[in-house]
Amino acid sequence: MKNHNNSNILESPEFRMAIIAISVFVLMSLLSPERFLSSQNIISMAFQFPEFAILALAMTIVMLTGGIDLSVVGISNFTAVVAAIILTQFASPDMSLQASILWYGGAIFAALILGAVCGYTNGILVAYLGLPPILATLGSGLVFTGFAVALTGGSAVMGFPEVVAWLGNERLLGIPVPLIIFIVLAFGLHILLSRTSFGLKITMYGANPLAAFFAAIDINRMLIKVYVVSGMLSAIAGLVIMSRANSAKADYGSSYLLLAILIAVLGGVNPYGGYGKIIGVVLAVLSMQFLSSGLNMLQVSNFARELIWGSLLIIVMIINSTNWIKQKKNAIKPIKSS
Amino acid sequence: MVSKTTGAFIDMQQVTKRYAGVVALDDVDFTVMPGEIVCLAGENGSGKSTLIKILAGIEHASAGEIYINGISHKKLNPRVSSAAGVMVIFQDFSLFPNLSVAENISFSTQLREQRRIFNSTYAKNLARKALERIDVDIPLDAPVESLPVAHKQLVGICRALACDARLIIMDEPTTALTEREVRSLLDIIRRLKSDGVAVVFVSHKLAEVMEVSDRVVVLRNGKKVADGPASDFDAASLTRHMTGRDVIEAQPSPLAADAKELLVVKNLNKTGVLTNINFNLKAGEVLGLTGLLGSGRTSLAKAMFGLTKADSGTLTLDSKKIALGDPVATAHAGIGYVPEDRLTEGLFLTQSIVRNVAIGRLDRHQKNGFLNINNLISEATDWLKRLKVKTSNIEAPVKSLSGGNQQRVSLARWLARSPKVLILNGPSVGVDVGSKAEIHDLIRDLAQSGIGIIMISDDLPELLATCQRILVMRSGEIVDEIDSKSTNEEQLSHRLAS
Amino acid sequence: MKNWFPKGFFSRNETLVAVVIIGFCIIATISDPLFFSVTTLSDLLRASIVMGILAVAVMLVLVSGGIDVSFTAIAVFAMYSSTLIALSIWPEMPWYIIFAISISIGAALGAINGILIAGFGLPTLIVTLGTLSIFRGFLLTFIGSERISALPPEMREFSRMMIARGTTESGNFYSLPWAFAALILVIALTWFILQKTMLGRAIFAIGGSHESARRIGINVKATQFFIYVYVGMLAGLAGIIFGSMGRMADPFSLVGWELSVIAAVVLGGARLIGGYGTLTGTLLGVALIVLVQNSLIVIGIPSTWQSVTIGVLILVGTGLPAYQAKRAAAKSA
Repeated sequence: MKNHNNSNILESPEFRMAIIAISVFVLMSLLSPERFLSSQNIISMAFQFPEFAILALAMTIVMLTGGIDLSVVGISNFTAVVAAIILTQFASPDMSLQASILWYGGAIFAALILGAVCGYTNGILVAYLGLPPILATLGSGLVFTGFAVALTGGSAVMGFPEVVAWLGNERLLGIPVPLIIFIVLAFGLHILLSRTSFGLKITMYGANPLAAFFAAIDINRMLIKVYVVSGMLSAIAGLVIMSRANSAKADYGSSYLLLAILIAVLGGVNPYGGYGKIIGVVLAVLSMQFLSSGLNMLQVSNFARELIWGSLLIIVMIINSTNWIKQKKNAIKPIKSS
Repeated sequence: MVSKTTGAFIDMQQVTKRYAGVVALDDVDFTVMPGEIVCLAGENGSGKSTLIKILAGIEHASAGEIYINGISHKKLNPRVSSAAGVMVIFQDFSLFPNLSVAENISFSTQLREQRRIFNSTYAKNLARKALERIDVDIPLDAPVESLPVAHKQLVGICRALACDARLIIMDEPTTALTEREVRSLLDIIRRLKSDGVAVVFVSHKLAEVMEVSDRVVVLRNGKKVADGPASDFDAASLTRHMTGRDVIEAQPSPLAADAKELLVVKNLNKTGVLTNINFNLKAGEVLGLTGLLGSGRTSLAKAMFGLTKADSGTLTLDSKKIALGDPVATAHAGIGYVPEDRLTEGLFLTQSIVRNVAIGRLDRHQKNGFLNINNLISEATDWLKRLKVKTSNIEAPVKSLSGGNQQRVSLARWLARSPKVLILNGPSVGVDVGSKAEIHDLIRDLAQSGIGIIMISDDLPELLATCQRILVMRSGEIVDEIDSKSTNEEQLSHRLAS
Repeated sequence: MKNWFPKGFFSRNETLVAVVIIGFCIIATISDPLFFSVTTLSDLLRASIVMGILAVAVMLVLVSGGIDVSFTAIAVFAMYSSTLIALSIWPEMPWYIIFAISISIGAALGAINGILIAGFGLPTLIVTLGTLSIFRGFLLTFIGSERISALPPEMREFSRMMIARGTTESGNFYSLPWAFAALILVIALTWFILQKTMLGRAIFAIGGSHESARRIGINVKATQFFIYVYVGMLAGLAGIIFGSMGRMADPFSLVGWELSVIAAVVLGGARLIGGYGTLTGTLLGVALIVLVQNSLIVIGIPSTWQSVTIGVLILVGTGLPAYQAKRAAAKSA
């Protein structure tokens, strides 16, 4: 079923994002053709973006319900720290390949379960206790990060078996593994949102939570599932980060929270809920990566990148908000039309 | 007819208002004399809200002239209107729930006096004076959110008085009030009149305010269709003016003698909300449920559908008990609920028409975790056709439909689930006259097909036209049961008010 | 005055926080009698200056129904650039001029937020997340990313000005700097604005009902604009005090504080939906957070559990009333 909020495809945020992605790509290619278009750069980009892109997916599903998940980075660090502790406690760099694969599998499993538990906690706070998502995830994010600090004393956990590096640094059929993970997750989430009852309920709930309640949708279960999915996606991001950094720490990726929100909003997800497409988010991720990588080549500092991201967020908000505000107004106006 | 030439406080001449092609007000003359009490009547969509919005300066007239106190105003805005003494008390009262009574009353006055410093003693004095003018006593320091509805309305009136209102426009002032509260409101209105303050009631139910009114103005489809002394009107003539015809509704179809018991509600209780609710519903029956706003009729519907949890009692459908407080289970058991406020509770306005219907059937069309989207859409489309929803594009957002068609979409969602019992809360509110009769036909047809229908409404002709039996509620209790064959509108309204 | 609403959320929150603080102090005193001393008090007061000023600012935003996360970036930006300005044009610049510069820079940055929020009507959280990174990115890219420890002498002088200092009988040193007076001043000024001016009442009114405020003719946009400028000014002040007291202008400092400050304000009873918030509650919230940040170890919780503790406090402090409100709503419907 298509959503005709933006009946004219040329006016859709996804279309705008596609234009931005292409323009950034072309611009960067023109500015630095040899380096930006080099296969080495393309591949390094493919290794870089999946970790924050997965966090953006986690943010997106929550934003579709009109909420926000400020705990995604907290969850990813907490789960990574736990996985890292399992790996350093029970496995060692010099153990046999089979044994280390086994332990790695176990650590991944534990991380995913923990991510689900963290998400479940958020879901309970939002659905049953009625906390506003901002406060619930602000508090729980501090708790999750806090656990990671408490477990590690704030220092990095390292010394993994070699196999751990596979997830973040190797290639499968020539394609970087993190990219494969991201593609699978993005596609899976797209299917989940557009082809399942759960996904449609999410969008409808985001569009009008009260109407969803009156339509006998099991809101509480749905919300909990949403936060569980978000928590598990965050855990996967945490595992990728851990593998790429070959360590886990309570304060890794602290800039990713902003980035995840930024990407979701850039990708056209309505922060009031009820509208958003995975394709838009993917395009936003690509734009961010092209931009970031190109800026890197132009020797622009990390700080300038933060500046550019922030500005981009505000500009896109100004453009999109004219649509949201229109929608909001239309939604409210006809109530008393006599 | 009141003279338009001299002395009128408000004199609107040939006012027209167009919204993107739709004419909401068409060449309307409207006057109010100082100290006059006018009823502005009309159905939903007749243009009465537009008229007061223009007076309040919230909307601008497309054409016509407006004189307030003899001064011509080309373009009003809220500040100009209120400075001229025109105050509107909207249905939601536009108060600040977090601020005290005194502040709510005095805020606009202090703004108008362009004060920079907030003086709470001054604010309290203003508030006290305004409250004294209507002779009521409300604690000045109480936050407004802690007040009952009637007191909130009084705070709204006092706020207007504190601003030296010369005309107070009240939008549907009696809907939320009990009988006694309406009485005391009318006393206050009389007091205002003797003070020289004019009042305009905007309402689609006028029986209650007719006795204090000097004049009645009726709008229909944006045009003024009647204007005269209140004594010239009675209920029947008002309805005729408002609807444009003598509405002769079909009679409710008689209930088959062997109709089986469908739903039994026993001893439903919810502290402070519902007391000892007992009734039953037969297959094919349309059961009316009426009472004033706040009488518990919506609370009962919500408790039956599980949106709120009753403390005790049982709900039995087809001799199977339904768990209380669980809308998902209730809907699954075969009860549907079309809520009162279509726009906030019923529909997903920004989502497509077809989605709004399909949302009720998602789980049925899911196989192995995936939706069969084609089946889902074709089923929903089918229902839209059966209910004659007029649209060229089922993928268009549902907000693009007219009120009547929106109501059909709400109905389609539940009908697609083939319910045994449908609870309809105010099914014709905000629906134009023509569609209203069609919806009534639809309700009768549904009942014929064996569905049990509970129809919540305060529209008495509507209840008489569709229901075989009518339950009357007051303060959370069912106080009367009426056979609609043995009554008429007048008797019914009397029994409702007694 | 609040007696009309004894079950009120805010009065409850304030008492709840006060009880937790008292309980904390009792446990701390039992486990370490030295805790109950002038030294501890002066340490805590000193630690609450910057957070207190920032919290007052955030409370104002919450009362109006918005949220601001960019104030730490504003504080650092204003502090660092005013220090640089002082050092480059007049190193001997009196401290109050440096302060004035910092406050003005804060006001200008706040005005940017104000324009985006009041002018364009964008959601406050997302706007301030964006400006947070814009301000930080701009500071670190174009102004400087080096720590400056050679502050203008007047700034160091300011941090040495003491209201009271001395040694307790047990030989412990205590001191309370004049910077504390800035917090008192901010509290007094904000109290005056909120309680005694129409502007302040308008802030409450907008938080209570945006639409009603518009209808009765409150200039909503101007009021919102003022709020964000005022927040920027307070952030500029807090930043420069932070720099002076820390004897260093560090462009990487203060980041991450935004969550603790918001936590303090929310614990103090301000509601995210707007319309509610008191200075008393906010200051109690600050006291609790400062206590947790500085003295957790005294009651036997290792300081690595600080973040967990604050998180749990937020969840309990806001979850309890939210749950009660939800139950009450379900009951009356």
